[in-house]
Amino acid sequence: MNDLTRLTAREIAAAIAAGETNAVDVAQAHLDRIAKIDGQLHAFLHVDSEGALETARRVDAGEISGPLAGVPLALKDVIVQKGVPTTVGSRILEGWRPPYDATVVERLKSAGVVILGKTNMDEFAMGSSTEHSAYGPTHNPWDLDRIPGGSGGGSSAAVASFEAPLAIGTDTGGSIRQPAAVTGTVGVKPTYGGVSRYGLVAFSSSLDQAGPCARTVMDAALLHEVIAGHDPRDSTSIPSPVPPVVEAAKQADISGMTIGVVKELSGEGYQPGVEQRFAEAVETLTGLGAKVVEVSCPHFAYALPAYYLIAPSEASSNLARFDSVRYGLRVGDDGDRSLEEVMSLTRAQGFGAEVKRRIILGTYALSSGYYDAYYGQAQKVRSLITRDFTEAFALADVLVSPAAPTVAFPLGEKLSDPLAMYRQDLATIPSNLYGGPAMSLPCGLSDGLPVGLQIMAPTMRDELLYRVGAAFEATMPAPVPPLDWEA
Amino acid sequence: MTVPYAEALQEFEPVIGLETHVELGTASKMFCGCDTTFGADPNTHTCPVCLGLPGALPVVNEKAIESTIRIGLALHCDIATWCRFARKNYFYPDMPKNFQTSQYDEPLCTDGYLDVEVSNADGTLETVRVPIERVHLEEDTGKTLHVGGATGRIHGASHSLVDYNRAGIPLVEIVTKPVVGTKHRPAEVAKAYVAELRDVLRGLGVSDVKMEQGSLRCDVNVSLNKPGDDWGTRSETKNVNSLRSVERAVRSEVERQAARLRQGERIVQETRHFHEDTGLSTSGRSKEEATDYRYFPEPDLVPVAPDTDWVAELKAALPEAPSVRRRRLIEQLALSALDAEAMTNAGVLDLVLATVDAGAPAAEARNWWLGHLAQTANSSGVEPAELSITPAQVARVVGLVAGGSLTAGLARQVVDGVLAGEGEPEAVVATRGLAVVSDEGALATAVDEAIAADADAADKIRAGKVQAVGALVGRVMKATRGQADASVVRRLLLERLGVTE
Amino acid sequence: MAEITRAEVAHLARLARLALDDSELDRLASQLDVILGAVAKIGEVSDAEGVTPMTHAVPLENVMRPDVVVTSLPRDDVLAGAPAAEDGRFRVPRILDDET
Repeated sequence: MNDLTRLTAREIAAAIAAGETNAVDVAQAHLDRIAKIDGQLHAFLHVDSEGALETARRVDAGEISGPLAGVPLALKDVIVQKGVPTTVGSRILEGWRPPYDATVVERLKSAGVVILGKTNMDEFAMGSSTEHSAYGPTHNPWDLDRIPGGSGGGSSAAVASFEAPLAIGTDTGGSIRQPAAVTGTVGVKPTYGGVSRYGLVAFSSSLDQAGPCARTVMDAALLHEVIAGHDPRDSTSIPSPVPPVVEAAKQADISGMTIGVVKELSGEGYQPGVEQRFAEAVETLTGLGAKVVEVSCPHFAYALPAYYLIAPSEASSNLARFDSVRYGLRVGDDGDRSLEEVMSLTRAQGFGAEVKRRIILGTYALSSGYYDAYYGQAQKVRSLITRDFTEAFALADVLVSPAAPTVAFPLGEKLSDPLAMYRQDLATIPSNLYGGPAMSLPCGLSDGLPVGLQIMAPTMRDELLYRVGAAFEATMPAPVPPLDWEA
Repeated sequence: MTVPYAEALQEFEPVIGLETHVELGTASKMFCGCDTTFGADPNTHTCPVCLGLPGALPVVNEKAIESTIRIGLALHCDIATWCRFARKNYFYPDMPKNFQTSQYDEPLCTDGYLDVEVSNADGTLETVRVPIERVHLEEDTGKTLHVGGATGRIHGASHSLVDYNRAGIPLVEIVTKPVVGTKHRPAEVAKAYVAELRDVLRGLGVSDVKMEQGSLRCDVNVSLNKPGDDWGTRSETKNVNSLRSVERAVRSEVERQAARLRQGERIVQETRHFHEDTGLSTSGRSKEEATDYRYFPEPDLVPVAPDTDWVAELKAALPEAPSVRRRRLIEQLALSALDAEAMTNAGVLDLVLATVDAGAPAAEARNWWLGHLAQTANSSGVEPAELSITPAQVARVVGLVAGGSLTAGLARQVVDGVLAGEGEPEAVVATRGLAVVSDEGALATAVDEAIAADADAADKIRAGKVQAVGALVGRVMKATRGQADASVVRRLLLERLGVTE
Repeated sequence: MAEITRAEVAHLARLARLALDDSELDRLASQLDVILGAVAKIGEVSDAEGVTPMTHAVPLENVMRPDVVVTSLPRDDVLAGAPAAEDGRFRVPRILDDET
């Protein structure tokens, strides 16, 4: 076979099943590629060659089979895998090896998916550029001087650069979709509750959702089916059958569908080049037989403020457990300092600036006296945003918008301006607040850099994303980065 | 500086309040499947959830919800049709997530009451209604061991060691409304409330309510005001962990506050720590600088909406309330009012009734609990109910005596063995070798030895002085360490000496 | 919205157990001001009154598990990640009185 790393997940699985190659060779090819280019890219925080090859051997021995058996995957470092270092991009968990597997990991393992290692991310998934990783940034394979998006920049960069055909990301405010948009890959945030959060290190519990990253819509669908489904260990897991996403990706027909363009997700803050590619994408959808209507979601204007109150509030509580007692970092335990001092020193040194900023913001928003004006009000606005979605879905089957307001920006550009960074999530946040599924897929380039088209669907109608996405993708295959920086 | 209790209460009106924490007796923890059995090796009943490992998520224990609703129903509360858990955020090393999953403004049960009986100065019993504010469900914390300081105290320790076996055990908090009108006996009412609550919980079978193991713990609020004035500033005495201590904590706080108020000083709103050894409390953190718990609805759990039919079923299936059962049994057993009151005052009425329920005759049950057991409790400074012997065990000892396998003297040794933690009565009999020696063949040797050892007495008996047999009976009893039945020994001795009475 | 003072940030940092130095407190105070200024916009939503706050994105209720004991973690695994352990327990520095 030619370069195994250029194959899609579906092609790899088919080739292994047909005996044209084997899982060990596939895994080795990807490990070799990681060894070759990841020094420049820094998509991985940890590569588990031994574990990957062991799984591959078991697939080759016929012990595990299935639609993705033997297919390599990169796992965002926010999901725990037993015995494999999990840092969440933070110093505070450096060296920690979890004693248990996340449900997602259990499902990947039993599907014979070959987990190559853990990918880089903004610390605790707080960021839109992966520059907030305590272990240094990941670079965008399209231009090493630019950000790969965030928080799951490692996963998207790995997929875009052929280090892995598949990756798992998590999306709290856009951390799967925005990186997918700026790396020219496909990323899906499933319906909240569609994929178990058990073993996903929590950032904002009511918003976090794990989902697939891939280079094609079909690959994303195949991975979606492997990881989704009810989990009794997650109280917010939906006890319904997984939407037929693979079937929908095969169908790829949108004639007769109504597609709503969200008026509020354009204009100020959106780059002209991004808006232009988006407008062309809408034309393409019309050409595919869909009826396009404009819809208004007036409360989307408040999505960003609501998000930046809810997520930091929940995070301030979720991150309290990193206290130097049971796991992770401990700083300043000189036998004289009290636990309180050691705890405070550990947290001050173990957390990065963005994490501390959000902890302080969340602590403030939950304080008595401020709760109603901030956290309480944000949750009311969340209800109103949900109402906007419900009303819009009465007029359209799915909604579309640009996935990110800009193309990949240069590393360092927004580091000193938190608000500018936060605005990267303008278009993605509404779906998190509402809970519905959303996808980003490539819709061309602007200034040589990828632009993402976002598709949003009603809750538990994830298959609609794949139906529309696959139809669109057929008109415009995924762009391939020039990779001219490769040694 | 204190004012004597009775005197203080002539001058001031008390308002008390009680917060009681009860560990539920579920098999598994509140939010995970870890075992709740007491006394396991440290950190062996822990998992990602109750250790608060990154990524772990809670799932509510159905039995804990059911038990809490049953408690609420037994306390005549309204049961919420929809409620949520909330996070109470504060740092403490025995709390793995550094927030406690609890309930805040949406408790499962609200607005109930519990009637308790206290005796008046003239000996008559009076019912006092204690209003219940709320009953809610939360999780217990781990346990911290302080090393290097004096006697395990936190102060002066060099470091501490944490065990999370207890972390996540379901904990029900029962909060009273302010109890007014307790007049001259707030301490007695407080104690009677906790005792009654304990009986209710035991009757429901939702907890083993062992105060000495910490499965029932109390915080006691007290304030005093001049008649006609607004309520005074209250103090909260934490971790009052025996019935006797509940009474002593209220009493000492009444005496302390009265002295301060008399001198024109103000009462500081504060948390106080109760010391079991002295019966006094010392000042802790001032509530005025109380931490901000930043409660918010727990996003990892979904709302609890108890089905009304289910709640009705639970209500219909509640056991008879202890107070009702008590009145019924007093009537059935034809206990005199005086007897019932003596037992109430000694804190043994329920124990006597439970012992009767377990099969013992009323007179025997009464004798044990008002006699040897009451004395034992008194000399070790605990309530009879806190003794480590159950009414069922007492009833079994009574049964062993009635069946002839124990003498009265041996029975007392068996009871002491049970109290000393040597196990069930039968086990104590076996390990201490306390069974009555009824084998006449085995006694024959001892009889012969006694006759040989005291020939004088033997001769006197043969000569017809039967009363001299007492000395020989004593010898045999001594030789058999009290395990022989004295009447049998006497008969054997007389037969051996050829004498008939 | 009111300006956030350094003292306020210091109070929040204490609540959140973050030992921040003065320069960090100052920087956070000014950043918090900017961020709160931006999110304060949420107060303008006039039709929020009477709206039920949305805590969950899933319409689920009564998700419970039966009261069944499940095997705990082996203690070696429990303590493996601990910064310090002693006698089967997690070892921590001395605890100040009344931290609860």
